[in-house]
Amino acid sequence: MLVNKAAAQHLAMAAPEIHFERAPWRLSGQVIGVALNDPAALAALGGAVHAPPYKAPPQAPVLYIKPRNTLAGIGARVVLPADVAEFELGATLGLVIGRTACAVPAAQALAHVAGCTLVLDLSVPHDSFYRPSVRFKARDGSCLIGPLMAAVDPDTTTLLLSVDGEPAQAVAAGRMLRSAARLIADVSEFMTLRPGDLLLLGLPASAPRVHAGQRFALTAAGLGTLEGCVA
Amino acid sequence: MKTARVAYAGALHEAVPHARGLQLDDGRALAEEEVVWLPPFDVGTIIALGLNYADHVKELSRELTVTAKDEPLVFLKGPGSLLGHRGVTRRPRDATFMHYECELAVVIGAPAKGVVRADALRHVAGYTVCNDYAVRDYLENWYRPNLRVKNRDGGTVLGPWFVDAADVPDPQALALRTFVNGQRTQQGHTSNMVNDVASLIEYLSSFMTLNPGDVILTGTPDGVVNVNPGDEVVCEIDGIGRLVNTLGDDSVFGR
Repeated sequence: MLVNKAAAQHLAMAAPEIHFERAPWRLSGQVIGVALNDPAALAALGGAVHAPPYKAPPQAPVLYIKPRNTLAGIGARVVLPADVAEFELGATLGLVIGRTACAVPAAQALAHVAGCTLVLDLSVPHDSFYRPSVRFKARDGSCLIGPLMAAVDPDTTTLLLSVDGEPAQAVAAGRMLRSAARLIADVSEFMTLRPGDLLLLGLPASAPRVHAGQRFALTAAGLGTLEGCVA
Repeated sequence: MKTARVAYAGALHEAVPHARGLQLDDGRALAEEEVVWLPPFDVGTIIALGLNYADHVKELSRELTVTAKDEPLVFLKGPGSLLGHRGVTRRPRDATFMHYECELAVVIGAPAKGVVRADALRHVAGYTVCNDYAVRDYLENWYRPNLRVKNRDGGTVLGPWFVDAADVPDPQALALRTFVNGQRTQQGHTSNMVNDVASLIEYLSSFMTLNPGDVILTGTPDGVVNVNPGDEVVCEIDGIGRLVNTLGDDSVFGR
């Protein structure tokens, strides 16, 4: 019998094997991503934002969920699925919630953040943002997190991404349309964020793509280095 | 076997049905109004289906651009949206169209990756009822259905009972219906799913690992209507349960 009823009823939400040296100590397992928060990503769509199927530019943050099967730590080997040629390597900053945030105003939002951590969100490249399949975002092990949590200023941090040892992209986290504070305010208006939840600041435009055999590393001052590879 | 998780007199308990309503694991028998009902299992990834009943596709066809022949329309929800039986869900002041969705919720019991349809139901631990609310006013055409519509606090109501898979010989043979203030507004049958439970497990496990506690909300049939503060919404599935929820306005939530 495959079914383990006890497991279904009693397994706590599987927390990723990532621990911090201070509260909230560990992640809850909830990871919320933001698409099109980079002005260049929205600009790349040009007039298409007014045409069907979109019909209007986004008003609320464009959010997606990275489910628990995607969560991975440093040094992870992300397996490229057989039906996929390459991953888009989205480098971003994760805001670790330290204090429950429910309908918090932007002016107070950062008081709910315990710190930041590095995140690499690997997606199957997709051109349409209308109703992208969950297949593009929910691949096993496709969300690398860590290694540290530190109280860096999310709006002035620069992320440096390299692929096979060569510089690939520099991302100024402060260039996002919605700042960290604005994002927490707009998201917590309708969904409460809890300690250990991770809110990603936004994927950069023109993210590099990686194929099987490539190694990558993301680093930022005070946040260490998040490495991984595609297998 | 049916089990629930409830809070009573300072502790969390497992409970089973009883002539009075329910019986706690320590023997106390209680009426259902006496306890606080929680979602009946530890919920992992919440996977929801849009447009998985042929009649509902037809109902929303003016607004939608999909047909039932496309890839299943799947979206994910977060744990903050969960609510138990007899809870109160906030209806925002500016909403004009907020509706319930009565759905069969399928709870995974064994890890599933690359599972074929014929074996899929062996990975199911059990079933419960879900009321998967939406506030249509906030619909935007970016990463539809956007989280502001479908992933609001208190918008994923689960329960009251977790029903063992062994007690549900055919998940495609269940009638479901919704009552608003006692009046039936929605009815359907799981035989009308576009993608049945086994097909959904095969599809999902083709690209992601399903883990014990993950839950698949299998979509809703025709008959969703607007609900207002104070309304009592009852979602019912034969043999699975009768899930009660009440709408509260902003003032209830200090807004």
